[in-house]
Amino acid sequence: MSYSNKVKELYVNQLKDIKSAGIYKEERFIHSSQAADIDVEFPRGSNLKNVINMCANNYLGLSSHPEVLKAAHEGLDTRGYGMSSVRFICGTQDIHRELENKVTEFLGTEDTILFPSCMDANAGVFEALLTSEDIMISDRLVHASIIDGMRLCSAEHDTFKHSNMQHLEQKLQLHADKRIKMVITDGVFSMDGDLAKLDEMVDLCEKYDALLFVDDSHSSGFIGKTGRGTHEHCGVVGKIDIITTTFGKALGGASGGCVSGRKEIVEMCRQKARPYLFSNTISPVVVAGVLRVFDILSGSTERRDKLEKNTIFWRKGLTEAGFVLKEGDSPIVPVMLFNAKLSQDFSKDLYDLGIYAIGFFFPVVPNGQARIRTQISAGHEMHHLEKALDAFIKVGKKYGILGLSKQEIIDKYGL
Amino acid sequence: MEEMKDMVLNYVINEYQEDEDDEITYDTPLISSGFVDSFSMVSLKVFIEKKFNISIPDEEATPEAFDSVNKIVDLVNGYLEKK
Repeated sequence: MSYSNKVKELYVNQLKDIKSAGIYKEERFIHSSQAADIDVEFPRGSNLKNVINMCANNYLGLSSHPEVLKAAHEGLDTRGYGMSSVRFICGTQDIHRELENKVTEFLGTEDTILFPSCMDANAGVFEALLTSEDIMISDRLVHASIIDGMRLCSAEHDTFKHSNMQHLEQKLQLHADKRIKMVITDGVFSMDGDLAKLDEMVDLCEKYDALLFVDDSHSSGFIGKTGRGTHEHCGVVGKIDIITTTFGKALGGASGGCVSGRKEIVEMCRQKARPYLFSNTISPVVVAGVLRVFDILSGSTERRDKLEKNTIFWRKGLTEAGFVLKEGDSPIVPVMLFNAKLSQDFSKDLYDLGIYAIGFFFPVVPNGQARIRTQISAGHEMHHLEKALDAFIKVGKKYGILGLSKQEIIDKYGL
Repeated sequence: MEEMKDMVLNYVINEYQEDEDDEITYDTPLISSGFVDSFSMVSLKVFIEKKFNISIPDEEATPEAFDSVNKIVDLVNGYLEKK
């Protein structure tokens, strides 16, 4: 037996350390479809509780939309369940290419390649495009999957202060001698909900001859006037060299991702990106569902407009109640509590009142910036948001933080 | 010595301070506190190597060794003495 007691003990101790550090992650089982109202078993073995979901990436409320379900059923019937092959052997169907074309049209790019997830897209794209002669310059708050992707790439890397264009310019000057310079950012930052300054970044990249990479996973489908993403919001459609995004959030929420952008860049990914070469792509049933999602979004902006209205209501309600929020325009609305324990107690009390919202603290967010991250959906009706707001106010009063400034909350609860 | 400390401290402040409310001293934990993430630590290593004309092997450029300005200065002095 190779799993010796010594090895077992090593893992037991590591798990104990994770628990004692208060960062042990426990799943909550949902016994219903993903939606604004869900039935949750938590803690494990307890009776089901119907709660309002304020922490899903289901921004457009399409995860359980009847038309998407119908399309997925049809996809299952006409194209089967699995491919049992990677794309370039015998794992590509007509609908895979159809989806790539649809994404290209939607994002306003030149071409698109599908990946099993956006995590895979980010894991494969840098290594496929860059070598040790090149430099990757990333915003300090980019998603973990981008950091993992950069680690897999032999190009040098450097970072710039979050959304600080002056610092980015200094870095572009510092690395002027590199063959390819790639500036890397999220479109909407997942923990803070703020938007990248893509218009300014495009100008800087043009000035210093750099490529611009944007992960728009928390934007595609709803940011911008017609929901094309952060590049539409910033007026730079057609000027982003590489966009990665996911179908696992607003765009139906199942799984899958892509790299979309310059024709030759996408072609390089098709030749060299390892998660594309060595893994099956998205299953036909999901492709059929996502195709219908794009039909829905191309036909009307109703859902993103409702999301915008819901977000304005939610931000206004929390601000007027006296909470400290992170500024931003996206449906990610972080309620700042600063103290880790307070964020956990607050989340627990909300759950008791029927509101499912998670508290995040270091190392998921910077030290001393603990928060409840709320995420608004077009699937929320006004009664959901009103009930959630009432619960936040009740719990806020319990802890005496309404109307307090950042410093006053820190003085009261510590960091 | 003091000059070296201030040089490193100034670099850390200019390079990493996002919030002006954050106070950074010679002993402030940089990596373990999350003030500098391990991925961004690379630019600090490059700065030190260029500034003091030394080469620190990756296995010695650990988050522990870079966890405060004082620790970084100790590390640099160790290399300078060997020169």
